[in-house]
Amino acid sequence: MSKKVLVLVESKNGKLRNVSFEALTVANRLADGGEVAAAVFGKDAAGFVQEISQYGPKTIYLAEDEALSPYTADAYVQALSQLIDEVQADVILLGHTAIGKDTAPRVAARLGIGLISDCTGADSEDGTIVFTRPIYAGKAFQKKVFTKGKIFATLRPNNFEIQENPVQPETVPFCPEIKDVRTIVKDIVRKTAGGVDLSEAKIIVSGGRGVKSKEGFKPLQELATVLGGAVGASRGACDAEFCDYSMQIGQTGKVVTPDLYIACGISGAIQHLAGMSNSKVIVAINKDPEAPIFQVADYGIVGDLFEVVPLLTEEFKKILVSV
Amino acid sequence: MNILVLIKQTFDTEEKIVIHNGAINEDGVEFILNPYDEFAVEEAIKIKEDSGAEVTVLTVGQDRSESVLRTALAMGADKAIMVESAEAADEYSIAKIITAAIKGQEYDLILGGNMAVDSGSGQVAIRVAEELGIPHVSTITKFSLEGTKAIVERDAEGDVEVIEVNLPFLATAQQGLNEPRYPSLPGIMKAKKKPLARFTAEDLELSEDDLAGRTSVQDQFLPPKKQAGKILEGEIGQQVQELVALLRSEAKVV
Repeated sequence: MSKKVLVLVESKNGKLRNVSFEALTVANRLADGGEVAAAVFGKDAAGFVQEISQYGPKTIYLAEDEALSPYTADAYVQALSQLIDEVQADVILLGHTAIGKDTAPRVAARLGIGLISDCTGADSEDGTIVFTRPIYAGKAFQKKVFTKGKIFATLRPNNFEIQENPVQPETVPFCPEIKDVRTIVKDIVRKTAGGVDLSEAKIIVSGGRGVKSKEGFKPLQELATVLGGAVGASRGACDAEFCDYSMQIGQTGKVVTPDLYIACGISGAIQHLAGMSNSKVIVAINKDPEAPIFQVADYGIVGDLFEVVPLLTEEFKKILVSV
Repeated sequence: MNILVLIKQTFDTEEKIVIHNGAINEDGVEFILNPYDEFAVEEAIKIKEDSGAEVTVLTVGQDRSESVLRTALAMGADKAIMVESAEAADEYSIAKIITAAIKGQEYDLILGGNMAVDSGSGQVAIRVAEELGIPHVSTITKFSLEGTKAIVERDAEGDVEVIEVNLPFLATAQQGLNEPRYPSLPGIMKAKKKPLARFTAEDLELSEDDLAGRTSVQDQFLPPKKQAGKILEGEIGQQVQELVALLRSEAKVV
């Protein structure tokens, strides 16, 4: 049955987020012959129209209201709720990002609808849309459906195919009524400007306690740079103050789904695995042949990461053509 | 000051998950207070110690969830509310249940963990803020009070947002907010005497529609077992060359 699907497209540091292209692709699929509309919020919204057009929406709604920059829950919730009503969306998709996690539950409560969060799959089965999502930190999965009301989901980054579908969409200005924004953003300290965002990185080089110090992350950073990837860490490394907590991957850190995860000096505690076990390919480098990480790794090298990682960097430099 | 902390009982994070016919096995499972909720309880007690407050903890769950209320009381909370509910309730329903359970109470601050480590949805607390018509700030890593307003730091995927908001509001806790204390033995003893009110979801005046929720679980399953990996051998230099070749030709990820 054809559906009207609304996707909230998100940007970070002036660039559209990959998960938004994933959401637009999923939207095209779920619309089942219906219509896909994209929405962009913020002062620089108009600048993204060209790029969004590559992914098939029929309409792009631009909400350039000043109240939408910087992000606040109150402004986004009001704007998105009003837009959902205005376009009479049957399905609403957001990325499971900081904004998605903060805005979607509140919009769902406001509209009296359900919400299925952090989905790794979204498929039409016999006319019903079935969402797959991890539970127990990815140790198990569940399939969920909506029993009543609109379909509303947030999608985990890096878990859906992206398909280009260039179109000439209609651009429509959207002017939400935003009143009484109750939080004031006094400051934003950007620790992650530049560099690859961990949750969207295709390649991650990660360090654990075996890295031994802040400087110990340098060889990992060099390898990541050559591979065009991001650097992550285990909780052990963060607790030991070898790196910032923003790099932590694990049950109480970030969950990542890269194509390649290189774990250096990481023992592989269950809580860490929770953050990366769904990586496509896992490589483990550890001095200890008994380290649990080797049980989930596709490839393992038993050795000193300070010897292995620089050698890896050199070898990759040889085979990779720099773009 | 009146503080409410929303808490949940979850499996211990070390537990292996066993599933029979789509149902998750609970035999022999160790249960704990959701780690993110621990940060929330700790912060409430710190505020109580610094500026004086009454801290109420509330959970919606099965009978066995009472133990996390006792843990929170042992950490220093003053009162507890237990709402017994069927486990099939979704986030929509649980938020409605909580809102109904605290009807008539006025809280200056509501805290919760930013998500439960079992369901991983992170919805309920934020839904409750909307139901109550109060602002919220999620994933906070720092909290300070200045009279009737709070200054908090929010973790937004690694960036830090410094946010000012007036009370009453709701905040959800992120790792790094504080270091939760272990309940002391005297604390555990005192907890036994602290007030614990019990309701069932049916006691509260909720419609069948509210209790039925908006979503349902169709199936639950374990991920496919991973095939054993390859531990390389030989001289380190050769292992590195072999690895890079495999990642390119076999795994095709570079």
